Amino acid sequence: MSVIKLQRRQVATIAGKEFWDRIRSLWVLAIALVFTVFALVIAYFGGAQQGMVGFRSMEFTIASLVSLVIYLIPLIALILGFDAIVGERERGSLDLLLSMPITRFELLLGKYLGLAGALAFSTVAGFGLVALVLASHLSLSGLAHYGVFMASSVLLGLAFLSLAVMVSVFAGDRTRASGLAIALWFFFVLMFDLILLGVLVVSGGKAGGDWFPYLLLMNPADVFRVINISTLDEVGALYGLAAVFPPELARPWLLCAVMLAWCVLPLSLAAWRFRR
Amino acid sequence: MHYGAVHALDGISLSIRAGEVFGLIGHNGAGKSTLFKAMMGLLTPTAGDIRIDGVAVSGDDFREVRRRIGYLPENVVFYDNLSALETLRFFARLKGVASDDCRALLERVGLGAAAGRRLREYSKGMRQRLGFAQALLGSPRLLFLDEPTNGLDPDGIREFYAILTELRARGVTIVLTSHILAEIQQRVDRLAIIAAGRLRAVGGLAELRTQAALPLWFDVECDEQARAAVRSALAALPVRLHETAATLRVECAREHKLAVLAALGRLEGRLRDVSLHEASLEDLFFGLSP
Repeated sequence: MSVIKLQRRQVATIAGKEFWDRIRSLWVLAIALVFTVFALVIAYFGGAQQGMVGFRSMEFTIASLVSLVIYLIPLIALILGFDAIVGERERGSLDLLLSMPITRFELLLGKYLGLAGALAFSTVAGFGLVALVLASHLSLSGLAHYGVFMASSVLLGLAFLSLAVMVSVFAGDRTRASGLAIALWFFFVLMFDLILLGVLVVSGGKAGGDWFPYLLLMNPADVFRVINISTLDEVGALYGLAAVFPPELARPWLLCAVMLAWCVLPLSLAAWRFRR
Repeated sequence: MHYGAVHALDGISLSIRAGEVFGLIGHNGAGKSTLFKAMMGLLTPTAGDIRIDGVAVSGDDFREVRRRIGYLPENVVFYDNLSALETLRFFARLKGVASDDCRALLERVGLGAAAGRRLREYSKGMRQRLGFAQALLGSPRLLFLDEPTNGLDPDGIREFYAILTELRARGVTIVLTSHILAEIQQRVDRLAIIAAGRLRAVGGLAELRTQAALPLWFDVECDEQARAAVRSALAALPVRLHETAATLRVECAREHKLAVLAALGRLEGRLRDVSLHEASLEDLFFGLSP
């Protein structure tokens, strides 16, 4: 593997193919539509349980969307990337690709960037369309909050895509890779918070209480949640997390850096494993 | 080179000359494809090294050498959602060669009319032709072709070897494997026989015949009376005779060929026909590989 002699043209060729494959297969369109439909339904019917129908506020819509996105985007990202490398290996096309003047790192990076482009494009297009539909109801601050929500959604997707690509390198076959991807989703989206809370409750707050906010950073889904609660009072009140998360940790640049680390670290691990 | 406890390749030392057509033959699982992958730098040997144009295939400098190499893997796999033209353009970009020639290459391998069709509609033979076109991208100076005629119909095989003859005339070095030994017998300059990951023999067909020391044979066509005369004429020579209804087969070691020929020549007027047969590549293969 030669990171120093990275040729951007090779990375762009692989990334371009991955991206256009998703455009042509209508994957991007389908995912964007899913996001748009869900977001609009939440925006207009999110308050139905309280007997209210119709658009309330962007803050309230974001609060509901955060719950949806935290389940949906990691799942979509893991499904998108789990066979990026193992799929090529299993089909038998990996040898031909590697016989070209391309390094393994360039191939891996190209795959990731292409898939990341498709995921980011569908996320921005899907939620961006909602912003256009709701434009007449939006204040400048509501628009800014929605922008933060969209950007953090993209970062959440990229972090889980990085985990998916790592799985695709480590797994011996597609079946194992899909199993691992589902296990990661269960762990980060369903189990992680439950385990933390369980430990806190069982120990009466003695075990890990001080570390609790830091431990949340070990889960990109929680980082996404914290990014959004730290920018919106209404969302914070809804989750109650604001009370336990210290302000010095809730700095946007720090949370973005953590999220970026979640994009880079699994991919680096994948590159290390894939180098031979 | 080994996979776990299994030695896939063991102690192979081989030099392939520039401009020659070199054949690799062996049973399934003998190590031919593994050797190909090692020569392409796709697998790293646990010991030893492989060099192409003096450049180690495992080194960073090998990237540039790859641009001058064409590779057709066994069971070539492409992307079903792309057309043949899109596939070639994708690999041309990766190889860093102009994609203007892609259409001409597809014409050359007989896929001109199907250039725009998605590969999911392609037969195995068409995919193999596309694989060959891909290997020819950028006019490589060295070609690795692993079972290149797999799935090709007789026309396809003939066209493939016609292109190979052109490439050979232009000085392209070609390394190929085939299960159809008769097919490559007359088309390689030298070949290597691999069995259980080890090199059993290397050389031209004549050298291998000498190494294998397999007998040659004459098929003599004549009537019953003449057969008796043949037996009598060859009585003093170390030959083995096999009688069939149509012919009398005379088997002898290479060094006695001329003596047998001379003895048969003395019976010229009484024999209908005499034909000489040497060990085929298939005979050599079974003679030299356990």
